[in-house]
Amino acid sequence: MDGLLNEVIAKYNYWIYVVLMMIGFYAMIGKNNLVKKLLGMNIFQTAIILFFVSTGVKRDAGVAIVDKYEVLKHGVDASTVVNPLPHVLMLTAIVVSVSVTGVALALLIRIHRRYGSLEEDEILEKIRQ
Amino acid sequence: MILENFPALVIAVPLLAAFAVNLLGRLSRAWIAPLVLGSLAFSTIASVVLLARVLREGTVRYVMGGWRAPFGIELVVDPLSGLMLVVVAAVALVACVSVVKSVEQELPGKDYLFFTLLLILIAGLLGLVVTGDAFNLYVLLEITSITTYGLIAMGPDRAPLSSFNYIIMGTIGACFYLLGVGYLYILTGSLNMADIALILPGLEGQVAVATAFAFLLVGFWVKMAFFPLHSWLPNAYSHAPNSVAVVVAPLMTKVTVYLMLRIILTVFSVDYAFYQHAAVQSTIVWVSAGAIVCASFLALAQRDLKRMLTYIIVAEVGYMVGGAWLANSAGLTGAVLHIVNDAIMTLCMFLAVLAIAYRIGDTRFENLTGIFRKMPITMAAFTLGAFSMIGVPPTCGFFSKWYLILGGVEADQWGFVIALVVSSLVNAVLFFRIIEIGYFRLEEQDHAAVHGNGVAEAPLMILSPLVLTALALLVVGFGSGLIVKDVIRLALPAGF
Repeated sequence: MDGLLNEVIAKYNYWIYVVLMMIGFYAMIGKNNLVKKLLGMNIFQTAIILFFVSTGVKRDAGVAIVDKYEVLKHGVDASTVVNPLPHVLMLTAIVVSVSVTGVALALLIRIHRRYGSLEEDEILEKIRQ
Repeated sequence: MILENFPALVIAVPLLAAFAVNLLGRLSRAWIAPLVLGSLAFSTIASVVLLARVLREGTVRYVMGGWRAPFGIELVVDPLSGLMLVVVAAVALVACVSVVKSVEQELPGKDYLFFTLLLILIAGLLGLVVTGDAFNLYVLLEITSITTYGLIAMGPDRAPLSSFNYIIMGTIGACFYLLGVGYLYILTGSLNMADIALILPGLEGQVAVATAFAFLLVGFWVKMAFFPLHSWLPNAYSHAPNSVAVVVAPLMTKVTVYLMLRIILTVFSVDYAFYQHAAVQSTIVWVSAGAIVCASFLALAQRDLKRMLTYIIVAEVGYMVGGAWLANSAGLTGAVLHIVNDAIMTLCMFLAVLAIAYRIGDTRFENLTGIFRKMPITMAAFTLGAFSMIGVPPTCGFFSKWYLILGGVEADQWGFVIALVVSSLVNAVLFFRIIEIGYFRLEEQDHAAVHGNGVAEAPLMILSPLVLTALALLVVGFGSGLIVKDVIRLALPAGF
C-alpha cells in the first residue's frame, strides 16, 4: 500500500491524466445527453494535452526562451530549460480539438432543429416513429 | 526542378484547388469541374511518375521547407506508399468525375462548399500516405476525419446524428493514436518514423513500448472500423450523401489499414510486431476471422443495397487486418494487394449505387425490381464488381483472396481460412439475391407506371467511370502477378 502511494505521488501527473481520461471516457460512453458526450470528449482530449505538456517539465528548469547569440557562442545546457516541443505539439492538438468541437456543436444545432431534443433516447424514439 | 518537388505537389495541388474552388466556384459554377478534375488528374499523373521513379531509383525522401529530418517533417515515397498514392489519386479522380454530375442533383447550390471539403479530404489522404512524421500523421488523420464529418452531415434526415456518433468514435481513435505517439516520444525523443525505428531496438523489452504499440493499433482500429469497433461506420456511410460515400467508402478504411502497416513495418519492426508476442498475433487473426464472419452475416440482414455494402466494408477490413497479422509473406502480400483491389471493388459498387440512386432515388431492395432491364450497363458493371467481391476469377478480388487463403494455410490459421470461405459464400448469397430481385422478379405495374418501361441509364458522366472501374477490375486481376512481383515484393521487408 505504501509502495503504491509513493508510486502515485512520484508520478502524480500521469495518474491525473489517467483519471481525467476515464472521466471523459465515462461521459462519452455513459451519458445520454449529446452535449454531455461532447464535453466528455473535450475532457478526454484535455487529459492527453495535460499528459504531453507534463512530459516536457524538468525540475528547476526555466522557460525555453534563449539568446540566440549566447547559444551560438556557448551552447545551451538542456537541463536549464523545459522541453518546448510537447508544448508546441499541443498547440496543434488544441487547434484540432477546437475544430472538432466546432463541427460537433454545429451538428448538434442541426440535430436539435430536426428532433427538438438532445437526449439520445428521445431522438431514437422519434426516429423509430 | 518540378519533378523534384512532386512529393509535395501531389498534396499541395488538390489543397490549393480546394480554396480556388471555394472562391471561384462561388462566382461561377463553370469553374468547379475543371478545377476539381484538373487538380486530381495532376495528382494522379504525378503519383504514377513518382511510383515509376521509386521503382527505378529506390525510396524518395523529400525535405519539407529545408528542415532536415529528424527535426523537420519529411515526405517518404517508398514502393508501398507510391502504390498507395497511385490508388488514392486514381480512385479519387474516377469517383469525382461522376460526383461532379451527381452533386448537382443531391446538393443543389452547395456544390462549391462540397468540393472544397472533398478536395481537402483527398489532399489529407494523399498526405497520410507519404508523411514520414508520426505527429504530422495525427494532424493529417484529423484533417481527413473532420472533413469527412462535415461531408457526411450534408446528407438528409439522420445524417447529422450519424456524423455526431462518428465524431465521438473518431476522436477516441485519434486520441489513442496521439497517446501512442506521446509514449514513443517520451521513449525515443523523436517523432520522425525512420528515426524512431533506429532508436527503438534498444528499448524493446520495456512495457512502455508495448503500451505505445497497443495505443497506436487501437487508435487505427477504431478509425478503420475493425470489428467490434465498427459500430459508427454503417450508419455514417449509409446516411451520407451518395456523392460522399463514393469517395469516402473506397478510400478511408483502406488508407487507415495502410497506416497500420506503415507503423508495423517502418516504426516497429516486423520482428517486434509479429514474433515477440506470438499470442497477441494469433489472437488478432482470430478476432479478424470473427470480424469477417459477423460482418458478413450482419450484411445478410440488411434490406438496402448501400447499407449492405457498408457491412461488407467492415468484413473487408477484417480480411486486410487478418492478412497482415498472419505474419508470413503470402498473408502480407494478400493484405497489400487487397488494399488495392478492395479500393477498386468498393469504388465500383458505390458508383453503381450512385447511378441507381440517381435514377430511382434510393437503393432499397423493393425498389430494385426490374433494374436489369432499366439499367443494363450499370447492372452489368455491378455484377462484375459483385463477382470480384465474391472472388470469382479472373476479377481482381480472386487473386488477393487466394493469397490470403494461402497465407492462412501456411500459418496454420484454419479459423481465418474458414472465415474467408464462409464470407465468400455469404457474399455470393448477398449478390445473387440482388440479381434475383433485379433480373428475375417481375416488375409491379404501378412501379412501372411511375418510372416508365424503357431503358433509363444514368448520364454518361456517371456511367463511364463505372464502366471504366469495372474494366479496371479485370485489368488489375490479369495484372496482379505484375503488381505483386514489381511493386509489392519491393514494399515488403527483407525476409518476406
